[in-house]
Amino acid sequence: MHSEIIMAGFGGQGVLLIGKLLAYAGMKAGNEVTWMPAYGPEMRGGTCNCTVVLSDRPVGSPITRSPHALIVLNLPSLDKFESTVRPGGVIVVNTSLINRLPARTDVLTVPVAANEIAQEEGTPKAANMVALGAFLGATGLGDLGVVKEVLAETFASRPKLVGLNQTCLDRGYEIGKTCAAQARS
Amino acid sequence: MAKKLMKGCEAIGEAAIQAGCRLFFGYPITPQNEIPEYLSARLPQVGGTFLQAESEVAASNMLYGAAGAGCRVFTSSSSPGISLMMEAMSYIAGAELPVVVVNIMRGGPGLGGILPSQSDYFQATKGGGHGDYRVLVLAPSTVQEAADLTQDAFDLADQYRNPVMVVGDGLIGQMMEPVEFKRSVTPEDLPPKPWATTGCAGRKPNIINSLFLDPEQLEAHNWHMHRKYQEMAREIRWEDWKLEGPVDVLIVAYGTVARICKTAIEALRARGVKVGLFRPITLFPYPEAPLSAAVEKAGKVLVTELSTGQMLEDVKAVVAGRKPVSFYGRVGGMVMTPEEIEHEVSKLVGQA
Repeated sequence: MHSEIIMAGFGGQGVLLIGKLLAYAGMKAGNEVTWMPAYGPEMRGGTCNCTVVLSDRPVGSPITRSPHALIVLNLPSLDKFESTVRPGGVIVVNTSLINRLPARTDVLTVPVAANEIAQEEGTPKAANMVALGAFLGATGLGDLGVVKEVLAETFASRPKLVGLNQTCLDRGYEIGKTCAAQARS
Repeated sequence: MAKKLMKGCEAIGEAAIQAGCRLFFGYPITPQNEIPEYLSARLPQVGGTFLQAESEVAASNMLYGAAGAGCRVFTSSSSPGISLMMEAMSYIAGAELPVVVVNIMRGGPGLGGILPSQSDYFQATKGGGHGDYRVLVLAPSTVQEAADLTQDAFDLADQYRNPVMVVGDGLIGQMMEPVEFKRSVTPEDLPPKPWATTGCAGRKPNIINSLFLDPEQLEAHNWHMHRKYQEMAREIRWEDWKLEGPVDVLIVAYGTVARICKTAIEALRARGVKVGLFRPITLFPYPEAPLSAAVEKAGKVLVTELSTGQMLEDVKAVVAGRKPVSFYGRVGGMVMTPEEIEHEVSKLVGQA
């Protein structure tokens, strides 16, 4: 197993956090992992992305030009990274804020209305968790249970947020799983 | 201790604490601010002192003073800040004091940019400040290695009474990877430093100085230090990767660039190209003999760095005309992809 994933969105949408959760869960599951944020000069509200590599062998390059999967929370991120995803890869698209679907036909597109779903659960701030859940459901890369555990540890000082975020992960997961199952059938 | 997921910068900070260092003097600069940020919270927890100085010049002279008093002490900065510290580094080297300096390199010259670079290789390995001196230079490639080498840096600095520099780039500073701290010492565990200026009641005063107005004395001091730098040759460290048999192309790279090369090498090997990697871990002393042995196994040599060709000169000196040496560099904060390395190697084996 070797998978390179890029997560991208506006600053503040929590793409770095879901990247960390994925990497942390990968480490807990015994994989080699790297998490690399793009740290260039960016303005508030600008774009933000990170790269996570999950592997069963030591990770070489922590950055990639051709990820296996992409999670995009806003339109500029889809525009920027759509063409880079490897054929056969996965693109999770936050349809709440992105008014088009990927033009690619050689990848699995997972549309998920992340902001609306998170809003239904209490706060649109957890849209990132819905998207991460959809990614986990669609790809099977990372165990949902371990990610939820890691989430609880990360939010240990704010226990009120744990349940809400875990529910958002679950809701995204079901969408991702269904989407992948439909693509296979 | 269980593995933790940490940023390279945080791991370096924790490694210093695990090495028994309780003093940090520094001044903020991107992309290493997570080191002082981490230590500003962590050092007070272990009875240490974190001090943000008014400038890098001040911080580095605080280092000079604390090292003279026999304390384990360190600082971190990034390229322009390291340049500001070079006067003190020269004094510290001249006075033969142990300090650890971390340089998370960024693109230059001048203020340059904030993105990854390896363009301070000359400064790190050829002295850096004025006068005939060297510092021992360690170049980690992973966050785990950054932690391990930072801990080792303190021991090596004490052993040789010399500055030791750990050089990384923004990638290793910002990246998170699992890390485990394999050993832990406290200041009480450390051997005494009888040369330190700790108060001379009951003994002859110790004098720490880099001023030698008598040229004969200064010459003797210079040769004494030179012998010390030669003795450091026993500290050479390196990694051979996929060099079990002969290779058409030997890549020489250090730090994060080396791991980008590993990804390229896996792809190249998958299509039958015989290629391997020599990764220097100590940049000074340079692992000349092991590199020379690796060169013997190779048809051609490719040096790749985030500079316009600095380590290239040391590699050429070792190759000494035996094999063709080519170079691929990215600068200004641009980082090569594995695909670019693949392309360069393919050109060398006539497959591009």
